[in-house]
This record gives sequence, structure tokens and C-alpha cells, in this order.
Amino acid sequence: MSARTRELFGLLPVSLLVAAGFAAVLATRTEQVSDATITYGAVFLGLCVMAHLFIRARLPEADPYLFPLGALLAAVGLVLIYRIDAELAREQAQWFVVGLLFFCGTILLIRDHHVLERYRYLIAAGSIALLVLPRLPGIGAQVNGAFLAIKLGPIQFQPAEFAKLGIIVFLASYLRETGDILVRPRLRPLPGMSQLLLYGLPAAAALLLILALDLGVAGSVLVIVFVASLVAVLRERPSPKHFGPLLLVWGLAMLMLIVIRDLGSSLMFFGGFLALLYVATGRLSLIGVGATMFFAGSFFLARNESHVQERVDIWLDPFKPGVVDDEGYQIAQSLFAQADGGLFGRGFGEALIQFGDLSILPAAHTDLIYAVLVNEAGLFGAAGLIGAYLLFAFRGFKTAMLAADGFSKLLATGLTAVLALQVFVIVGGVTRVIPLTGVTLPFVSYGGSSIVANMVLLALLLIVSDHARSEDIRRGGLV
Amino acid sequence: MNTQIRQLYGLFALLFAVLIGFTSYWAVVDAQGLEDNPDNRRKLIEEQTIPRGLIYARDGNTVIARNRSRRRGDTRIFTREYPRGGTFAHPIGYSFIENGRRSLELTDNDFLVGEENEFESIFSGLEGRDQEGKDVITNLDVGGTQAAVAGLAGRKGSVVAIEPQTGKVRVMVSIPEYDPNQIPSNFRQINRDPNKPLLNRSTQELYPPGSTFKVVTATAALDSGKVTPETIIDGSSPKEISGVPLENSGGQSFGPISFTDALTNSVNTVFAQVGEQIGRGTLVEYMRRFGFYEDPELDYPDFQMIPSGIINGDGDYVEDGFDVGRVAIGQGGLEGEIRSSPMQMALVASAIANGGRLMRPRLTDRVVRKDGRVAERIQPDLQSQVMKPETAEQLAGMMSRVVEEGTGTAAALSGIQVAGKTGTAEVGEFREFTQPWFICFAPVENPRLAVAVTLERQPAGSQGGTVAAPIAKSVLEAVLGGGG
Repeated sequence: MSARTRELFGLLPVSLLVAAGFAAVLATRTEQVSDATITYGAVFLGLCVMAHLFIRARLPEADPYLFPLGALLAAVGLVLIYRIDAELAREQAQWFVVGLLFFCGTILLIRDHHVLERYRYLIAAGSIALLVLPRLPGIGAQVNGAFLAIKLGPIQFQPAEFAKLGIIVFLASYLRETGDILVRPRLRPLPGMSQLLLYGLPAAAALLLILALDLGVAGSVLVIVFVASLVAVLRERPSPKHFGPLLLVWGLAMLMLIVIRDLGSSLMFFGGFLALLYVATGRLSLIGVGATMFFAGSFFLARNESHVQERVDIWLDPFKPGVVDDEGYQIAQSLFAQADGGLFGRGFGEALIQFGDLSILPAAHTDLIYAVLVNEAGLFGAAGLIGAYLLFAFRGFKTAMLAADGFSKLLATGLTAVLALQVFVIVGGVTRVIPLTGVTLPFVSYGGSSIVANMVLLALLLIVSDHARSEDIRRGGLV
Repeated sequence: MNTQIRQLYGLFALLFAVLIGFTSYWAVVDAQGLEDNPDNRRKLIEEQTIPRGLIYARDGNTVIARNRSRRRGDTRIFTREYPRGGTFAHPIGYSFIENGRRSLELTDNDFLVGEENEFESIFSGLEGRDQEGKDVITNLDVGGTQAAVAGLAGRKGSVVAIEPQTGKVRVMVSIPEYDPNQIPSNFRQINRDPNKPLLNRSTQELYPPGSTFKVVTATAALDSGKVTPETIIDGSSPKEISGVPLENSGGQSFGPISFTDALTNSVNTVFAQVGEQIGRGTLVEYMRRFGFYEDPELDYPDFQMIPSGIINGDGDYVEDGFDVGRVAIGQGGLEGEIRSSPMQMALVASAIANGGRLMRPRLTDRVVRKDGRVAERIQPDLQSQVMKPETAEQLAGMMSRVVEEGTGTAAALSGIQVAGKTGTAEVGEFREFTQPWFICFAPVENPRLAVAVTLERQPAGSQGGTVAAPIAKSVLEAVLGGGG
């Protein structure tokens, strides 16, 4: 069976799910199953088949599972949003069509993803500009204290969703080039005295720092990991050039914390960068330095940026009296909704979201859509969704491993990692693993920018995949 | 590079496992804790959107509590409404979001909201059923209740009537009552009313039971074999009891008299001597068997019940050290005075009527689904075997005499033999008020109803036999005459 036929068969259960999901929601709402549900399923299947035929024509060898997985997630999102608000679902369906157009447009426009390397600085500059846009007066819009959106007339738009793609493209290209020079042979064992100096001095400095600043456990661990990683990096006789990109991207991430004030996006970008850095260099020490610098910077900023500090406080104790009815309301309600779902959930269409004018699950269609899913489909439904993302990540990383050249590998890795990180940041926020921030759940959450950007991400992955697998077949590796 | 990519995939698998782990924690492991969190208003809101089950009287026809629906946003919510006003306020109570719940509305809440466990709710989910409340059919008798309310005629007091073989509570009236429909708008005012309309005098108030307690003393004396109905005891008055002279009612002196005649004429001196003869331990033992010293085992909220028993001047329950002679006739002193709720005295009558077998009192008869299927039927349940059946038979005979020719003739029914006991306790600082009592059951051969009636702080001279007995009679007529 060819890859494309497998893809087509993968789309069938997705359409059934859409039809069944809409049927369930409509059934609880009107107590009768209208033909509308079959129509929804058929239209969704039709759109996906069209996209499939397009892939068949343009990218015949691309990974057969990525597109059905994306469609599955989008279908789950449509059903959940329909359940929250039929009007929003109609808009989301329109955005899904727009996303499919962008998906096809990307594939038409970028026949070979290597052309992106030529424009990498332009792409990087454009991405940073996009990130800063929401702070510009007139078009910027503040949501929950974070600057993530801009408003152009009636359309609200989240530039960070697109900036994340641009920055990954830039980093993949940049690290492909500099990754090799970042890695140099390690030092041979030094003579006794120098050995002592290399390890002893930093250890003493770390100890002094911990004692002098009276750091807590978290702070001490940070300092120790940082110093240990730094020593490991120094053993490779680095030139200042080594720290250039690291410092630059770290600075960028910190700037993002200050400029757009969103810990979640910042974590997502920087995490994506560290993932790429690790894949490019294979040096954990660099990751250690980077990660500790990020956490240290966040701690410092958290103390000085009230918005970030507030988010952290809510995360630590959302049920505190006075907090639970105010800033902590959203996360507390998210946890209550999940507790209400239990193992099997209450069934589609049964979640309590709005009561008169009292919002029980604020931002249910965006931030808290995962809580709605746990409420309606239970722990099993949620595990299914996370499983789907894990499969998506698996196929993404598989694509990266099959790819022949460094840029393709890094691009596929970066795109996959940033998507998986985004899932972790928002689901982790909703389940109180980390502070809750306002990023979307890829393909599932309501939001035009999100769905369009993720369809473009999917298109880029498929382009890389098609190249990798075609080459593999030429070499006779894949039958 | 592929090694690193593989490791990266492993890292994400780990991170996603953490997400599943946390989701499991909130959705399953700590779900109960979150549901009980006072800031979690989901249950409260959801219960408002579920049509709560109706509450019916025993006939399955008379609606005591129903719902009124209105819209809030695009959800339909239900509020409670009580078409019978205050008549059933004390047994049924109320249920309002702002004011909480009381009485049977609280005890039977799980039935009324149709509470289901996880697996039941999967099935109802598969069948496409919404959660809906189940109806509760109570044991309450409309005619008996109306007769009790009419009999008390606005005087503070209580009437409790129980079916002896089953423990079904037919009547539980407490005056003053409150209108549960007024609770949302007027709760503060009702709560502060000096007449305490929210207090259920049947289960929440203790009164000196007076001579009706002689039935308990007689039970202990007969069942323990200390006396027989024919035993002759000196009934002269006054008689020194615990070093203080005790007089019969009106100072009447009876001379040697049979135990049966002593009950018929409610002779204090005889019962005080019998009390001293059986002793404190035996008396307390029989009281415990009747259910004294514990909340009645009624399907009713704990906070709305109080144990009957012997209470000293400090308000503590005591089982020793009291003047047993005076407690035996329904009085006492600072070391211990007998106090009983009307519910407890109804249970005493009920146990004797049922051959000594005390059945757990029940307000709920059955729980019915909306489609008519019975979800749960409350079965009669033995609480304790208080006395031997022969003792109960002897007591029934003795109590019949009270109604035939003694102090309780006002409760006599034509064609139906009634057994009863009157009581009149003197209360108030200067003994200027009385607490009239009457407990009874009928028909004697095959008792179908046991009744306790008492009135609070009546003007001096009001006797149990003249004030309380007629009320018991009209309740008996209403319940038994209506075809039982």
C-alpha cells in the first residue's frame, strides 16, 4: 500500500469521529440527530480528501500519518468548540479552510525547503518584528496582561504563532552552519595545578555565591548546574564566538518576557532553541548553561515584572482566599472541571461552561479547551489526545532522522519540538504543572492564527518528509 | 544527530507522561478533594439545573414539594415550591440555593437530585438520559396531619404518630410552623422569631413527660419481673421518697391498690416506690432499649434531633445519682430530671403496641424514578426488642383501662379500643404552667397507630386527659377512619 493510500485510510476514521462528535453534541442539545451531523462529517471528509489529493500530486512520498493526525486534532477541536459555541465553530471551520489554503499555498510556493536558507536573516528580522507588533500602540491588544495579539479592524491576530515558524527556520539554518564550529575536541587532561584551578575555582565561586546570596534549594541547584555546565563548556577551549548565538537567543527570550510578558511563549521559543542546539552540537553542557540562564533570568524578571510574578503566585496557590475568585479563578475552575470529568468524562456536550452570565470555565475555547476535553471525555479522552500529539511528534522526529542534510534534520526537529513544547506549555498550564499562560493548543484551540500557522508548520514538515523519503527510496532504503 | 533526535523524542515522551500523570491526579486521584472544595460551585449549580424529584404524601398523590422552572441565560433552572405551605414544613423542610436544605429535603437529597455513581452515569450516558431527580413518597398522612394541626389550633406543641409494625411516621407536626416558600425572602426574620418556628418541637425540643413516663417505669418493672399487674402496692399519700414527701395528684390517698389500678389513676406514690424498687440501673437500661440517650433513628438530619434522657441541673445527660422515685413518675430534681421529645414518647407507645418490638421510625417510604419504576423501598427495620411480648400485652391491657375508666377517657373512640396514658407536668418558675401529654395506640387488638401529643406551657389546670387526649383522638380518627 502506498504512503498516500495509507493517508487516505487514515482520514476515514477522522471523518467518522467528526460526524459522531457532532451527533453527540447535537443529541444532547436538541435530543434528536439531524442530518446536519452527516453533512458536517461529509464536508470535513471532502475537504480532507481534497487536501489529500493535493499532497498526492505534489508530495507523493511525504509521511502518510502527519496529515491525518493534524486533521484528527482539528476535528476534535471543531467538535469541542461547536459544543461551546456553534457560532465560534462556524468561524473555526472557516479558519480551517483558510488554513488548508495556506497549507496548499506553502507547498506550491516552497518546492524545496532549502530556499528558506537563503532568506534566513530576512526571516529572522521579520519574526522579531512580528513579536514586537503587539506592543505597538493602536494595533496591540493586551489579553490577561500579556501582549500576544494585534487587532486590525475586526480581525484579531496572534503574530507569535507565525514568529515561532520563522525563528525555527532561522535557527535551523544558523545552527546547521555554526553547529560544527561550536563543537571542538575536548581538552586532554591538564597538569595537576591547572586541573585544580579549572574545577576548584568555579566550585569555590559557586559555594560563595550560594552562601553570600542566601539562595534557597531551587537557587542553589540552579547555580550548581550552571557552574558545572560552564566548566564542561570551558573544557572545550571555546572562543567567544561560541557564546554568541546562545547569548543572543537568551537575550531574545528575556526580551520577549519583558516585551510580550508571556512566560509560556518565551519558554516555548527558548526550549525550541535548546532542542535544536542539542541536536546540532550533541553537548548537554551547552543546554545546561542555557537552561539555567533562562530560569535565572525568569526568576529575576518574575521579581520585577508584576505580571509574571502574579502568574507564578497563582500557580503556587490558586485556592488562596481572595485569589481563587479573582486571578486564580481560571486555573481553579480548570481543575474543578477536570475533577468533574473523572475517568470517563461526562460525555460530549455535557460540560458546564457558562451559567447565565457567570462564566464557569473562562476562555474555554482557547486556554482551557483541554479542561473541557477532560470534563467531557475524561482521563481516557485526554490520554487519547496526548497520545495523538505524541504520535505526531514521533512522525516529526522520524522525518528528521530520515532527512539527509543538516538543515532538513534541524528544521524538522525544530518544527516538531516547538509544536510539542507548545502542547506541554498549555496542557501543563491547565493541569498546573507550570504556570498557566495564554498559548493555544495546536490544531485544537479556537483561533485563526493558530490553525493557519500550524497548517503551515504541517506543510513544511511534509515538504521535508517528501524530500527525505524520496531520496531514501532513490537510495533503495525504503520500499 | 539521530541519537540526539531520539533522545529528544524520549524527553518529550517523558514530558507528555507528566501531563497524563497530572491529569490523572486532578481527574481521578484528587477528584473528591476538588469536588469538596468550598470554592467549587459546580455541584450547586448543576443541582439547580436538574429537575429535583417531587415529594409526595403517603397517598402518592398529594404533592408537598415541587419545582418551578425559569430561564437563566440559556439554561433552565429550577426553584422549589411548597403548595401545602407550612403544613408539612417540619418533616419536609426546604431546599434553596441561598439558604441550603433542611429536614427530609436534606436527608433525601441524593435521591431527589438523582445522584448516580460513575458506572450508573455511564449507562445513563449511553441511554442518552439526562440526570434527573427521583421522586420521594413519604409516609406522611394528609388527613392525620391536618387533624393534628387543627387539634393544636395554634397552640405551641407537637403531635407524632407512628405505625407500630413498620415504624412509618404518619404524622409529625410541630406548631408554630413556618412557610417554606418564604424562606428565600424572609429567612432572617423567620430565624429570629422568638416563637422559634424553625425549631421542630417533635425532635428538637425536650419536655418533662410527666405521668406518661410511668409507662416506661411500668415496662421496666413488669419486664424485669419485679411486679405484675395484680401486685398490690400502698398508694397512700403523702409518701416519703428520697427523704422528701411526695404527694399524689390532688393529694388523693388510694391505700393498697393493684399496679393496674395505679396506672389507671396515675398514682404517683405507687410508681415512685416501684421506681425505687427496680433501681436506677434497670430503669436506664429500659430507657436505652426505648431509644433514650440517643438521637431517634429517624431518616432526618442529625442537627435537627436531640436525645431524650435524664438531664441534671448543668444540662448534662446522667445515668446515675438521680432521684429514681421522682424520675419514675416523670419528674426529677437537680441531680437528674427526665426530659423527652414527643418523637421519643411516640416511640415508647409504638414499641408497646408492636409487642415490645421497636421499629426504626421512617419518614421515607419509597423512591420512584420518573418512569414509575421503584428505585428503592424502605423496608421495616427492627431497632430493638424492648420487652417480652407478654409484658407488652400486659401493658396494653393496663393502658386500655386508662382510656376506658381512668384519666384518658377523652381519647375513647366508638367501636375501636384505645390504650393510652395521660401526663401533666407542671412547669414555669412558679409552676404556673402545665405541659399536658397524651400517648396512646389503637386498636388495642391489632394496633395500627401510636400517637404522642403534647402542648407547651398551657395555663395551669390544663390536663393531659382534657387537652392532649382529644387531639390524639382526632388524629386516630383521621388516620384509622380513613381506611388506614
